[in-house]
Amino acid sequence: MNKQEFLLALRGALSALPEADIRASLDYYAEIIDDRMEEGIPETEAVASLGAVVAAAEQILLDMPLPKLVKARVKPKRKLRAWEVVLIAVGSPVWFPILLALAVVVLAVYIVLWAVAVSLYAADISIGAGFVAGVAGTVLLFVMGHPASALALLSAGIVCGGLAIFGFFGCNAAAKGIWRLGKLMWRGIKSCFIRKEEE
Amino acid sequence: MDIQLKRGLLDVCVLAAIKNEDSYGYQIIKDIKPYVDISESTLYPILRRLESAELLTVRSAEHNGRLRKYYHITEAGVARIEAFKEEWAEIMSIYRFVTQEEVKHE
Repeated sequence: MNKQEFLLALRGALSALPEADIRASLDYYAEIIDDRMEEGIPETEAVASLGAVVAAAEQILLDMPLPKLVKARVKPKRKLRAWEVVLIAVGSPVWFPILLALAVVVLAVYIVLWAVAVSLYAADISIGAGFVAGVAGTVLLFVMGHPASALALLSAGIVCGGLAIFGFFGCNAAAKGIWRLGKLMWRGIKSCFIRKEEE
Repeated sequence: MDIQLKRGLLDVCVLAAIKNEDSYGYQIIKDIKPYVDISESTLYPILRRLESAELLTVRSAEHNGRLRKYYHITEAGVARIEAFKEEWAEIMSIYRFVTQEEVKHE
């Protein structure tokens, strides 16, 4: 593959994007190839070491902000005909709520994920409160002259304390996992809007 | 290496590569490559990200009858490197503690 072929293939893979972004990406790769060739590397070799066009395109696309991807995705290849514009306008009471509902569902899923994290922490804090209450109760029972009950309550409190500490690490791990999941979700949503070009 | 960590490191590496003088894509890759594995496809999004974060600026200059893009670090970019150095001084001291042969008790 020579430079021209590489750039053409890259343009094809990026065709969904606004022209300015395609231009900037092509300029970048053209410059790299030129710089390599200037060092005496043969053209095809300079191109080959850039890796697959698809990988290059994917990196560029995944780094685009979502609105740009959506715009590029829904942008028709040709100008809309009058009746199509009318249809879109007339149909808006139908498609707009559906689109909105989809967005809200995604948001709700995300919020639910974090609600899980919050409730885990809440549970952990209440177990921790069990430790505090256990210790306070122990003191109280001692003062009131029930050493056996006091000891039993103390051990229960300590168990709570231990559980709370372990639980805290568990909660942190869960929160971290949820954070990663959220990011994955975002990338997944983005890749839905990346037009897959047929080879 | 953790992906998130590597991403942050690469950002700083690119800034460091243009710290002393303006540089261009291919040169940046050659400068960084001995230290971190980086490809042209990886560098491009980083440059764009750093540009939109205003940590660097881009200008085109002629070179051998064609245009080449040169990247120039901004004050915010320099500040980012400084922040990185401070953060890692702390991490390095933790590293020394973790890797020392024997923990000295007080």
